[in-house]
Amino acid sequence: MPAASRHGVGTADALSLASRGLHRTRSGDRVFDWAVKCAVWSVILLAAALAISLAWKSWPAMQSFGWRFLVTSTWDPVAGSFGALPFIYGTLVSSAVALLIAVPLSLGAAIYLAELAPFWIRPPIAFLIEMLAAVPSVVYGLWAIFVLVPWLRTSVQPGLGRWLGFLPLFQGPAYGVGMLAAGLILAIMVVPYITSVSREVLLAVPNAQREAALGIGATRWEATRMAVLRYGRSGLIGAILLGLGRALGETMAVTMVIGNRPEISLSLFAPGYTMASVIANEFTEATSDLYISALVQIGLLLLVVTILVNALARLLVWTVSGGHVTGARE
Amino acid sequence: MKIWISMIGLVLITAAPAHAQMLINGAGATFPYPIYSKWFDEYTKVDPEVRFNYQAIGSGGGIRQITERTVDFGATDGPMTDEQMKKAPGELLHIPTVLGAVVATYNLPGQPKLNFTGEVLADIFLGKITQWSDERIKTLNPSVNLPNQPIVVVHRSDGSGTTYIWVDYLSKVSGEWAQKVGKGTSVNWPVGLGGKGNEGVTGQVKNTPGALGYVELAYAITNKLPAATVKNQAGKFVEATIESTTAAAAGAANNMPDDFRVSLTNAPGDQAYPIASFTWLLVYRDQANESKGKALVKFLWWAIHDGQKYPATLLYAPLPAPVVKQLEARIKQITFSGKPLLAATK
Repeated sequence: MPAASRHGVGTADALSLASRGLHRTRSGDRVFDWAVKCAVWSVILLAAALAISLAWKSWPAMQSFGWRFLVTSTWDPVAGSFGALPFIYGTLVSSAVALLIAVPLSLGAAIYLAELAPFWIRPPIAFLIEMLAAVPSVVYGLWAIFVLVPWLRTSVQPGLGRWLGFLPLFQGPAYGVGMLAAGLILAIMVVPYITSVSREVLLAVPNAQREAALGIGATRWEATRMAVLRYGRSGLIGAILLGLGRALGETMAVTMVIGNRPEISLSLFAPGYTMASVIANEFTEATSDLYISALVQIGLLLLVVTILVNALARLLVWTVSGGHVTGARE
Repeated sequence: MKIWISMIGLVLITAAPAHAQMLINGAGATFPYPIYSKWFDEYTKVDPEVRFNYQAIGSGGGIRQITERTVDFGATDGPMTDEQMKKAPGELLHIPTVLGAVVATYNLPGQPKLNFTGEVLADIFLGKITQWSDERIKTLNPSVNLPNQPIVVVHRSDGSGTTYIWVDYLSKVSGEWAQKVGKGTSVNWPVGLGGKGNEGVTGQVKNTPGALGYVELAYAITNKLPAATVKNQAGKFVEATIESTTAAAAGAANNMPDDFRVSLTNAPGDQAYPIASFTWLLVYRDQANESKGKALVKFLWWAIHDGQKYPATLLYAPLPAPVVKQLEARIKQITFSGKPLLAATK
C-alpha cells in the first residue's frame, strides 16, 4: 500500500502539529503517547537483549576461534574444533534455490488471482493457498521424506543429471536428500506467504492505474506489467523478503531432507547443512562449554546473516526505485 | 518442618489438589523417557505421596541441570567425563537403570539376514568399504547374493545416546576410528547422510536402495526393520534381542567399576550382543534435602527391583541380577548430611 504510506506521512505530520497546538493538555493523549512509546521501545530492547545474550554466550567460542570460525569448515565436536562456513553456505544456498523457484510461481499465482481469474474462483483459491501457510513444518518434512525425496531420487535427479549433467550444479550420486530437496521444500513453504502478500499488494493498486494503461492501448499483460507490477514493486519486494526470512530460519523441514552433512559442494545433489538445523540437531546433547558456545555463535551468525540479507535487499529496492522507498512516483 | 516447607512450596508451584504431595524433578536423556514415564506412573501406586516431573531435554541438558542443582536427579545415555564430574558441586553417582542396544539396519533386495564384524562396520563408516560386493562383506555372508551397489551410509544428525553407543563400539573395535573420529553424542562423520532421529534414519534407509544405518533396537523391533547380527568379543555372531542385551551387562558384571561408569560395548560373554549400553540416572551422593532424598532413594530401590519387570514390555533390556546386587550397595551409600538415607527408611 505504497500510496497510502505517502499520504500517511502527511496526515501524521498534520495530526502531530494539531496535537501539539490544541490537545497538549489532554491526559488521555499523554497516556496513549507513553503507552505506544513503551511498546516500541520494549520491542527494540528485546531485540537488543537477544543480540547481547547471544554474543555473551558465544564469547568463549569467539575467543578460541576468532575469525577462523567464519572461514573454516571442520565441525568436530569430539576434538572441539568448530568452523561455521558450511552452515552459512547451506543456509544461503538453500534459501536462494527456494526463492528462485518460489518467486516466479508466487508472483504468477498472485497476478492470476488479482488480475485475471474469474471472480467466483478467487476466494477459494486464495483460501487454499493461505491454508498451505498453516501446515506445520514437520508435516512438510515428513511428506518430503516419504514422497518428495524418493521422487527426486528416482525421477528428477537422474533426468537432470542426464540433460544438464555438464553443469557442476547437477553432478554426483542421486541420494534424493540434499540441497535440491531442501530448496524445493523451502520453496513450497514460502510460496503461500509470497503469494498471499503479493495478492494483497496487487489488489491495493488503484484501478485508475489499470484503466489508464488500458486506455492508451496497452494489452492486458502490458497493463499488468507496466501499471500494476511497477506500482506495487516495493510491496512485492516486501513479500519476497518475508518469504526469504522464513526460508533462512526454517529448521525442521530442512533438517529432515538436507542430509545434514557440513560440507560445501557446488552440486545441488550433494547433502548440506544449515545454521538453524545444526542448532536444532546438536544443542540438546551438547555437553562441553566450548561446544555449546560454538552453537550459540551459530545462532548469532544466523541473526547477523538474516539482518545483512534483509538490509542488502532493502538497499537493492532503494537503488532500483531511484531513491524513493515507494514506487508511487513512476 | 522441612516436609511442611516442601509441601507448601509444592502447592504453590503446582496448585495441586488438597492432599499434599512431594514433587521430585528430573531432566535428561530422551532415550529412556518411555520407561521412566512408565515407572513414575507405576510408582504412584507404591507411594502416592511422591510425584515425578521428568523433562526429556537430552543427556547434555540433564548433566548441566544436575550440575547446577536445578533438578533433583539427572539422566544420561553416556557416562559423565572426569572433567564434567569435577565441575559438579558434590559427588555424583551413576545409577544404571535399564539397557539399550543399537542395531545396524539396511536396505537390500530381499532383505537378507547379514553378518557383520565390528571392523567391517567401522571401515564402512570410515568410507574405506564403499561397495556391497566388497570381498570382506562377501566373506562374512557367503550365502547372500550381494549386489554390485554402492553403500549409502546413514547416521543420526541430531546428537543422541544412540550415536554415542554406536561410535563407542566402533572406537573399541577400530583403532583408526578411535584416532580419526572418536566418540561422542555427535561426531565428525567421515562419510554418509544425516537423518534426524530414529525415524529420520529409518526413512532414509527405507527409501535408499543400498543404504546402511543404525537405529535403537526397540525402534527396529517395533518397525520390523532388518537388523544385522554382529560378531561379539567371544567370536560368536549374535542377534540383537532383549536377552542378548542384558547378557552384555552380565558379561561385564565381573569387571564392573564401583562407579558404574562403564561402557558395555564389545562386552565379553558368548551371548552378549556387542553394541549395548546402560542408561544412567545421576544423583548426588549427599542429598540436599532429607525428605526428597529419602523418597528418591526409595524410588531407586524400587526401580532396580520391582521396576525391572516393566522394561521388557517397552523393549528395553532389564538389568542382570549380579548388577542389581552391586547396585544395592551403591544406593545404600546415598546420604543426607552423612547419614545413610536407605537404612533410615527401613
